[in-house]
Amino acid sequence: MNAAARMAVLVAVAAIVQVSIFAPVGIAGGSVDVLLVTIVCLALVRGAVAGAVAGFAGGLLVDTATLGTLGVTALLLTVAGYWAGRYGETTGRGRAYAVPLTIAVITVLVTLGGLGLHYMLGETVSAHRTLATVLPAVLLNLLASWPVNRLCRALLRSRAANPQPTEVQLHV
Amino acid sequence: MPRNRTARTAVLGVNVRRPAAGQSTSRSGTALRRRVVVGVLVVLSLALLTLSFRETNGGPVTTVQNAGAAALRPFEVAATRVARPFHDAYSWFDGLLHARSDQKKLRAENEQLRQLLLQNQFAANEAKQLKALLAFKEGPTFPGDFNPIAASVISRPAGAFAQAIVVSAGTADGVEVNAPVVTGDGLIGLVTRVTGHASRVTLLTDQESAVSALDAKTDAAGVVGHGSGLASTLELDRVTKDKRVLVGDTIVTAGWRSAKLSSLYPKGIPIGTVTSVGQTDTDLYKQVQVQPFADFSSLDAVIVLVRKTGPGR
Repeated sequence: MNAAARMAVLVAVAAIVQVSIFAPVGIAGGSVDVLLVTIVCLALVRGAVAGAVAGFAGGLLVDTATLGTLGVTALLLTVAGYWAGRYGETTGRGRAYAVPLTIAVITVLVTLGGLGLHYMLGETVSAHRTLATVLPAVLLNLLASWPVNRLCRALLRSRAANPQPTEVQLHV
Repeated sequence: MPRNRTARTAVLGVNVRRPAAGQSTSRSGTALRRRVVVGVLVVLSLALLTLSFRETNGGPVTTVQNAGAAALRPFEVAATRVARPFHDAYSWFDGLLHARSDQKKLRAENEQLRQLLLQNQFAANEAKQLKALLAFKEGPTFPGDFNPIAASVISRPAGAFAQAIVVSAGTADGVEVNAPVVTGDGLIGLVTRVTGHASRVTLLTDQESAVSALDAKTDAAGVVGHGSGLASTLELDRVTKDKRVLVGDTIVTAGWRSAKLSSLYPKGIPIGTVTSVGQTDTDLYKQVQVQPFADFSSLDAVIVLVRKTGPGR
């Protein structure tokens, strides 16, 4: 199975597991978002384009499975995947703290972005309630990031993602 | 280091030049591709969002989404089944921790209910006779006028934005939009969207949910909606200051009926217990906090109530 197929399976499984198993389980007022963690880890390994595509596909699956407004989660996760990928390709490249930092920041940004998006759609959302879930969600996502990141790296790490020079071309 | 020498060649100590123009084109090409991909995906998301938001039930986007949801359903059910033993084990240990205090509380409640049952039997007989004398017409009552359809919870949106669940019963099972949904404990919400084999239920804790309700003991009427505190608490609003509401009172659905309209919820479905009552000089209404009977955080199975005579009739 090539990397794209592995990525597709990973995102689909994460989306199904998220809506069926993890979303109903509330811990300390928040819940873990395995799909978001998977998208971020995947984007850090495979880059911005893969992150954006995975975010779009995962978000679309969640919106479809939960019979919600199509495109809301897809939009949020597309931007999240792209941003995480760009960070991984530039400043965060090779940094040990890149994964926890990206997950913490993106969890906060996705929550705020979701809040703004729902306001723009004219839906009533309690900012107080939503923001109260941010801290536990960040902590739970950070806990989930360790196994998910290991899994993503094991499944998706390839030479293409981390190119090692095999020859030196000399132009005289 | 000259601009046309790479770091590697500088380290190697070879006086070589890199092809500046070729690499620059390749790099800008990758950046362009990246921007195009993300731009297309964002525009596609926005287009889907607009179409889905503006479309009424039965449109092409909704039809495709319903088909997608139906295709995903077996996977969701499989995932739920795989997780069930772990969830049950957690619930078992959790129940064990609270078993002793629950037992004491339930014994006291049982004594109280036994006395109430006797009183209610007399009252029910009396009410039946009086209604027959007056030829009294009332709205649909719970549970007699409804067909219960049992369904399991198959998914739930992530995040705190939407307080909703998706259950495994749809139009094929007789479920309709606006059908009330309950658990063994009490009311949990209303069906807001139906597909062939699944329905979306908006919970009482959602910001847009509201139910006309009353205090079962004092008949003080109000509207139950989301509370301002925790996600699991509700608030009984619009209770005027002259009405009496006491801590510990049970709140049930009001099930009102006027000439042509009637409440979506039948009368008498338990909602919760009053946990605090407050009022200020400046407010028009009392502030009544309600602790729902149903546990919204661990919904596994629900009952959708479908009117035997059909809605609106």
